[in-house]
Amino acid sequence: MTRILIPSGALGLGYDADALAAGIAMRPDLIAIDGGSTDSGPSYLGRGVSKYSRAATKAEWRGLIEARARAGVPLVIGTAGTCGADSAVDWLVDLTREILAETGLTASIAVLKSSQPAQRVADALARGDVTPLPNAPEISAEVLASCTNIVALAGAEQIARALETGAEIVIAGRTTDTAIIAALPLMRGEHAGAAWHGAKIGECGALCATNPQSGVIVIDVDKTGFTVTPLAEGSACSPQTVSAHMLYENSDPFILYEPGGHLDVTGARYTALDARRVRVEGSVWVPSDRYTVKLEGARITGYQTILIATLRDRRYVENVRDWCADIEVRHAAKVRDRMGLEPGAYRLELRLMGVDATLGPLEQRRSDPVEIGILAIVTAASQAQAGEIGKLLNPYLLHHPLTREEEQPTFAFPFSPAEIDRGAAYEFCLNHVMRLDDPMSAFALEVING
Amino acid sequence: MAEIGSIATKVRSKNAGPFWLTIDIFCGSAEAYARISGGLTTARVAACFGCPSQTVKRFDIPDLQVVKLSIPRPAIQGTVADRDMHGAAWGPLVAEIEID
Repeated sequence: MTRILIPSGALGLGYDADALAAGIAMRPDLIAIDGGSTDSGPSYLGRGVSKYSRAATKAEWRGLIEARARAGVPLVIGTAGTCGADSAVDWLVDLTREILAETGLTASIAVLKSSQPAQRVADALARGDVTPLPNAPEISAEVLASCTNIVALAGAEQIARALETGAEIVIAGRTTDTAIIAALPLMRGEHAGAAWHGAKIGECGALCATNPQSGVIVIDVDKTGFTVTPLAEGSACSPQTVSAHMLYENSDPFILYEPGGHLDVTGARYTALDARRVRVEGSVWVPSDRYTVKLEGARITGYQTILIATLRDRRYVENVRDWCADIEVRHAAKVRDRMGLEPGAYRLELRLMGVDATLGPLEQRRSDPVEIGILAIVTAASQAQAGEIGKLLNPYLLHHPLTREEEQPTFAFPFSPAEIDRGAAYEFCLNHVMRLDDPMSAFALEVING
Repeated sequence: MAEIGSIATKVRSKNAGPFWLTIDIFCGSAEAYARISGGLTTARVAACFGCPSQTVKRFDIPDLQVVKLSIPRPAIQGTVADRDMHGAAWGPLVAEIEID
């Protein structure tokens, strides 16, 4: 049996210290925690930075490094620094060195890096070794070269290489959420379907339990299945909560693709062992004949300036679409006249908060709002240009009248200046897999002593 | 006629990666499951999202009393046209569909 302790769904979200201590007392073989996700958008990968605060990350990582030292088992983090790009890995390695120096602890650290040079991926694309997944955007060597960061998602094979170094701490760049949990059970010859399925159930911490805020969870994988145990006081798993977790953020609740194969849980059987623990058997791992890793990439799509104004005058609220349409025409003419820019060279969007800002053209409900917020989003080729286009919009948002005859109105600006520069806007531009002859050929592994 | 949201216990939408959106309808009882699973057509959901029916992946899961629908994201997560970074605000579109 191999016992994996998972302190929470992500480093930076907090965990229950008492539950962590209870988990350490159960003598786990490994502590695994995820450091990231694409869920907060492309900017983190684009810039190669962490979403979570340095202070929160350091406090939580310190608690895990101390717990690891007490337990004497490896501590593994995957997708370090939210995006798992090399710069984010380096950031966490620096934090780790600081913590070790401050606590007087020592540890050997295996650092697994996942960033991909654009040329490597372009060469693979030219060889036919890059394949699109469903709903993938078109890519080319030019698109790849325009990415500020490209990462490949490491699987259990690369985490296993890192663990084989004997390192006490493994800091990995982008990995699948499950690989850091599944790797050790697979290395020890436990049931492969159970290792991957248990990893999927555990990867969000106690999200598979009745008290999801509590974080800490233990997954025991053996030769026939796995058992899931939540550790926070008052937290319980049931066959319902565990099986329902396969729905979460998954487009297919029965099949999960990983490097080297896929997990099929169609035949999984979930059984309550008692009021708190659930046993799962019958999940199947299906190896593939090609070893592929998924790619993620982000690039700058433009630079943005935003403005916010609110309309409270009833007549303007009722006629807001006409008002916006008129502003768009006049503003486009002004930008052409003053800056020599045609409308296709930039993008202006006026989103109506309180009307349909969330769903846009898909919105089906109509209401009678008291007020409407105008969120103006300018996207242009440079920040300077976006700022200029925003400044040309400012007088319209402040004063534009519905008719020529009326006295000039003035609307509400919450800020001075009204223009807010957002910096670069990024977009995800890869949803592809890359074939590898050797799983390590796209990853770099180094052991350092801290 | 009643809205899905008033028959089901919960309707949840979420990103399934940057390119897909997934909607989970937790029906909460065998009767609610039968009513929603039988009464909600995939075409109706596709029309709500302005996408072709054949791009919708649908899973009717009686053991969980869940109907799950996965849809190519109306705008890829984080692009300039995207309005909802986490994809968590699209649930009401399905919750407000009326069925018999």
